Amino acid sequence: MTKKRSPWLIIAALAVYFFLYAPIVVLVVFAFNSSRTNVVFEGVVNREPCGPFYWFCALAGNRELMSAAQNTLTIALTSTFFSTIIGTMAALALQRYSFPGKTFSEALLYIPIVIPEIVMGIGILVLFSTLFRFINTTFSLPPDARLTMGLGTVIISHIVFSVPFVTLVVRARLHGFDKSVEEAAQDLYADEWRTFWRVTLPLIAPGVLAGALLAFTLSLDDFVITFFTTGPGATTLPIYVYGLLRRITTPELNALSTIWIALVLVALLIAQRLERRAG
Amino acid sequence: MPEYAVELRDVSKRFPGPSGEIVNAVKNVSLQIRDGEFFSLLGPSGCGKTTSLRMIAGFELPTEGEVYIHGRPMGQTPPYRRPVNTVFQNYALFPHMTIGENVAFGLEMKGVPKAEREKRVKEALEMVRLPGFEKRRPRQMSGGQQQRVALARALINHPEVLLLDEPLGALDLKLRKEMQLELKRLQREVGITFIYVTHDQEEALTMSDRIAVMSGGRVLQVGPAHEIYEKPNCKFVADFIGETNLLEGKVIHQHGRQVEVLLAGGLTAHAESDQSLVSGQQVFVAIRPEKMALRPYDGAHNVYVGRVEEVVYIGTDTHYTVRLAGGQRVRVREQNDDPFSRPLANSGDEVRVYFDQTPARVLTE
Amino acid sequence: MFLRLSRDNIRGLLLIAPVMTLIIGLLIIPLILVVITSFGSRSPDGNVIYGFSFDNYRRLLGITPTGFDPLYLEILLRSLWLALQTTVAVIVIGFPLAYFIARASPRYRNLFLFLVLVPLWTNFVIRIYAWLMILRNQGVLNSLLGWGASLLGLPFQPLDLYPSDGAVLVGMIYEFLPFMILPIYTSLEKIDDSLFEAAADLGADALRTFLRVTLPLAVPGMVAGTILVFVPVMGTFIVADILGGRQVILVGNLVQRQFLDARDAAFGSAAALILMALTLVVTIFYTRRFGFGEEIVSA
Repeated sequence: MTKKRSPWLIIAALAVYFFLYAPIVVLVVFAFNSSRTNVVFEGVVNREPCGPFYWFCALAGNRELMSAAQNTLTIALTSTFFSTIIGTMAALALQRYSFPGKTFSEALLYIPIVIPEIVMGIGILVLFSTLFRFINTTFSLPPDARLTMGLGTVIISHIVFSVPFVTLVVRARLHGFDKSVEEAAQDLYADEWRTFWRVTLPLIAPGVLAGALLAFTLSLDDFVITFFTTGPGATTLPIYVYGLLRRITTPELNALSTIWIALVLVALLIAQRLERRAG
Repeated sequence: MPEYAVELRDVSKRFPGPSGEIVNAVKNVSLQIRDGEFFSLLGPSGCGKTTSLRMIAGFELPTEGEVYIHGRPMGQTPPYRRPVNTVFQNYALFPHMTIGENVAFGLEMKGVPKAEREKRVKEALEMVRLPGFEKRRPRQMSGGQQQRVALARALINHPEVLLLDEPLGALDLKLRKEMQLELKRLQREVGITFIYVTHDQEEALTMSDRIAVMSGGRVLQVGPAHEIYEKPNCKFVADFIGETNLLEGKVIHQHGRQVEVLLAGGLTAHAESDQSLVSGQQVFVAIRPEKMALRPYDGAHNVYVGRVEEVVYIGTDTHYTVRLAGGQRVRVREQNDDPFSRPLANSGDEVRVYFDQTPARVLTE
Repeated sequence: MFLRLSRDNIRGLLLIAPVMTLIIGLLIIPLILVVITSFGSRSPDGNVIYGFSFDNYRRLLGITPTGFDPLYLEILLRSLWLALQTTVAVIVIGFPLAYFIARASPRYRNLFLFLVLVPLWTNFVIRIYAWLMILRNQGVLNSLLGWGASLLGLPFQPLDLYPSDGAVLVGMIYEFLPFMILPIYTSLEKIDDSLFEAAADLGADALRTFLRVTLPLAVPGMVAGTILVFVPVMGTFIVADILGGRQVILVGNLVQRQFLDARDAAFGSAAALILMALTLVVTIFYTRRFGFGEEIVSA
């Protein structure tokens, strides 16, 4: 039904797109503002170094910010790695095998998706603080050896909330999977292990990749759970930005956002290319 | 003791069904398949033929009984250690590999060096008449071509037995006929035992040296095509293979192979049986439509009066539906050898139906 | 024979074990701890004194030793109201775009969909920051309005847009709009074109086709979207924190402040559990009523 579309529908669609993109345009434009307070646009900055890109260059000198960026990437990469493996395993288990407690496992997997993030966040906070306090006092650890919240706790929490999404995506891919292809491999002398690496994995790879991408973006984007599970030295970009928002906002923040948006766009385009090539 | 290519001894297979019940897919099946034979497992869907094949391949393990391949008991041997290869119903080509990689897969797993693999892939593709298709992808090929690739992929390994699971099911009629001949030719060429699963009786009859007819998880009859067709040993086989008129009756007496049967309406039928029957036993007389005639001939053992209910002209033959005096409805098939294909009778005509004793088989259930 | 663990049973269990360990260890056990904590109370130095009293829940419901105090009930109701407003708003705003994309030619459909997703992948906090820039007193919107007014020669008084309830609502709508568009699109896209032709053939005009065919078939998408929007809005605290300028307090903010500012984990836990209960009720009601479609998964 592509024949005739009411002009009102087109106008409405354009208006919604405008609503979606106007804030992003504002963010990018203000990254070139010459005003440090960055409330009113006072013309394009042109200062040494870097001229119009002054604020972008200023970012590089911001050590706090650079370490936040590094933390964010470390957390996202590590948690994606583990949640992709664990999530794919779970998808295989649920789609392929019958085992006692299967229905129960499926129900449990949905929990991270339906409970509010903040509840998950404080739950993990309560768990680790109780656990760490117990360990620290039981073994009367010296102050520098005490367990605290940090990168480790954030990574584990990110794995927990992203695993179910990986499982969902990989399962969808497994759903249409023709098992006889695996039987054919076994018939042609490939044992289970080789069948998995040579046939199963290559065929579900697009699903696994999509799951990994989803886990990665969920981790990059997460604020709430990180907020509750982070600790000294584990500030991520969203947490850092949140901290700034409540104090002062300079065009540096816009430059950071611009770079972020550009990176996301590039990553999405690469992902689309990969997907198209995989067919 | 003769060694068979494949032997099934008292094999049963039970599955847990979807709602917890137990499904008896295969019940006490014993089969002996000779070396170099083209052997078909024939039956309707759900008769256990595919499960039997899968137990030979090793995709399923028997609940009871044992599968032997050239005398070796297979036990728990996984599929990748069995000297058999399979051609799957949907071909099951690896979509992410080229045709060359697909065909070479088995050799690669066995550790055959690359140079030799390439040589043998080339030969195998030539054998199935797809020379030079190495670099193609499965999805760029037609169903018939994929079928040939699946054959090459299996045969390149020189299996002791080739298992084929309804391999022609997805092809259209014309291509199917072509592939039937092709398969037969390949089997003669390579001399490997073929075990062929099909629900298509015509396919089984044209291709096989021997056929096992299965139903409800059991093997009902094993034998060459003409034996299965001419001498079915039970009602199911008679009915499933070709078309049959079944006349219900009671045994009057038996004299050697010759049996006299009393049909409804006081008709008497002269038929044959290899079994020994007792007087008064409830039986069926099975007679093929083409073994019945409307044209009188000398020495017919059975002659009945009837009335034509329907005449269907189908080119080479004409089918007449006749209601006999005893109320039985039979189909009679007459060749149209008259130059003008004039019908022998019209609807409503009174006719006589003739048939001999030998093709009329007495069947108990 | 079937009771014994087969090879497949063992494989399944081994494959599922890691994820179950994670979820039980880091979700179920923490939730149990939160429940236990919620029955406790705060010690003077900010630790939890475990016990078994319903005081925290009574306090949330407004029953205090000194009488009825609806402070927290108001927060609950305000959160529900905001979640409801947001959900309705994203349906109204999102539906036309979802419909537009679903009816666009297949060649452009993916591009249009992609354009909905891009803002979603920019960071949540950054998106709030963008709205802060737009809405604050001398911000973009007021500047544009002032510029427009001066062109027309009208007097202009900057609008007091931020911080306010309205700013929070706009922020929420912006954050969650794509989560409504995607599932609605998924249901609309599945509708067979022949259905529209059949409706037209049976004499339905465009409006009636929309009301009788399109809208009912989009219900599963709207249900999935509602779960995807309603639940997080109830628990999100940073939108209100930034755009509400600390004046607008929602359940999420309450929980956050109890844990980090007031250091009353017991009361915070009770509040979090009430929040979870509310969202679960909504989710269960919706899934029972309309089923849990693939829309939620595809989004």
